[in-house]
Amino acid sequence: MPETAETGLIVRHPAALTAAAPSSDAAVGTAARPPGRRRRNRHWYRLVSPVAVVGLWQAASSTGILPASKLVSPASIAHTAYTLMVTNSPTYGTLQESLLVSCERWAAGFTLGIAIAVLLAVATGLSRIGEAIADPILQALRSIPLLGLIPLFIVWFGIGELPKVLFVLLSALFPMYLNTFAGIRGVDSKLGELGQVLGLRRGEMIRHIVLPGALPQALTGLQLSVISSLLALVVGEQINATSGLGFMITQAQQFLNNSVIMVALIVYAILGLFLNGAVRLLERKALAWRHDFGK
Amino acid sequence: MAPRLREVKEHSAERALASAPDPLAPATAASVRGLSRTFGDRTVLDRLDLDIAAGEFIALIGRSGSGKSTLLRALAGLDQEVTGQLAVAGPVSVAFQEPRLVPWKKVLANVALGLRVSDPQASARNALDEVGLGERASAWPVTLSGGEAQRASLARALVREPRLLLLDEPFSALDALTRITMHRLVLSLWARHQPAVLLVTHDVDEALALADRVLVLGEGRITHSSPIALPRPRDRDHPDLVALRLRLLTELGVPAGETD
Repeated sequence: MPETAETGLIVRHPAALTAAAPSSDAAVGTAARPPGRRRRNRHWYRLVSPVAVVGLWQAASSTGILPASKLVSPASIAHTAYTLMVTNSPTYGTLQESLLVSCERWAAGFTLGIAIAVLLAVATGLSRIGEAIADPILQALRSIPLLGLIPLFIVWFGIGELPKVLFVLLSALFPMYLNTFAGIRGVDSKLGELGQVLGLRRGEMIRHIVLPGALPQALTGLQLSVISSLLALVVGEQINATSGLGFMITQAQQFLNNSVIMVALIVYAILGLFLNGAVRLLERKALAWRHDFGK
Repeated sequence: MAPRLREVKEHSAERALASAPDPLAPATAASVRGLSRTFGDRTVLDRLDLDIAAGEFIALIGRSGSGKSTLLRALAGLDQEVTGQLAVAGPVSVAFQEPRLVPWKKVLANVALGLRVSDPQASARNALDEVGLGERASAWPVTLSGGEAQRASLARALVREPRLLLLDEPFSALDALTRITMHRLVLSLWARHQPAVLLVTHDVDEALALADRVLVLGEGRITHSSPIALPRPRDRDHPDLVALRLRLLTELGVPAGETD
């Protein structure tokens, strides 16, 4: 092992610090957070404008200002959603079945993508050699627009599940990789020094200082990965799908059924909201030290 | 140019705890000979000599940029670029200017971090009790006041039973009242554990209140050394201290009548 192995831990960018690890002094004032009741009130307020928009939309549809051939009314979307759930039509299948297929695709691609991203980021973040080997390739790959790869993916991987899952995988991989890598490199160099003074071994330094220090930015990466992987799911699923929400959309397009398309889009949106909420929750649990949550 | 002797220092607390052979006489906590450090073409430490006796409380003062912190970092083993000879009796502990508590570890875990004793948790708890922070053991660092954070940092330094305790302006960010409390705490901890202490400070009064010996660093060397034999707690208006204060301020290049 080179002599620098011990000091080679990459904790040398004090600038990136403030975001990753607020100094305890500076953060004292921010410890108090609004209590739960105020937060719930704020959430309630946030429902007003969306509900108003849906109301106006329905009004415009009912009065005929908004023709159903352009945009169907909220009521008829709700009705279509209900019908899709209770009947198993030969054209569309059931909504819940399609959702399940889409979720499986997303989950498989996303989980693999995140796992690979984390492994790569740890390898490149902790070792200069790893960085020299892997980072140039990853930087080059991430500048390729993924959507442009679709035709090639069809040539390479056919039109089955593989290209769809791979597409989700790749789109989840890059945001997570880049942010986790930057998080590892951005860990407070002062904490690195502290670890040195406390006589931490390399493994302890990684476990107690480097990885937890990288976590806030890694979670930001996770959030971005959720967003971009859902986008990839929506696009990728429409490649010759025979099942899933994307299949419902392509079918509905052929039958000029806007209502079904709207239902599928809304389900995607709900999925997105749900997953984002899940990441936020994870963030709040994992970063309890930042605030005074989770005592 | 004279040949330079370069030693990579054996200092880490870990190695020291593992009973490394001690190159120093038992009565010496640190011995520095011909220590130099340059940053670019600026010489910050210039063939500096310093001996710290076991259990001695030294205050090191100097203008900002005089190399106080550079010397402390060299003693702590944080500077690999220094040249000269440096022998330090381990274990060495450091309390930094900012408390440097690991924000994602609760106070107790911060104190126990890297501690190699049979029951780190229990030792850490004792250390926290000693600095009066026992009931904040399970608090997040972010919730501590400045004084509490510094006490946690002191507990983390002391729990390693150092033979040399390096204090890098640890009280400079605290308000005056908290600082007085901390001075008392440091003195009582020092009396109980008897480590040698090197306190880097820019506060002449702090140096006069605490130290056995006050050193002035200037031009990269120790330019002045004054022992203080007065018993503690000291009356800051004691004639000896008043005279010494003037003397030290003159050494620091502050004209009489002007203080920071």
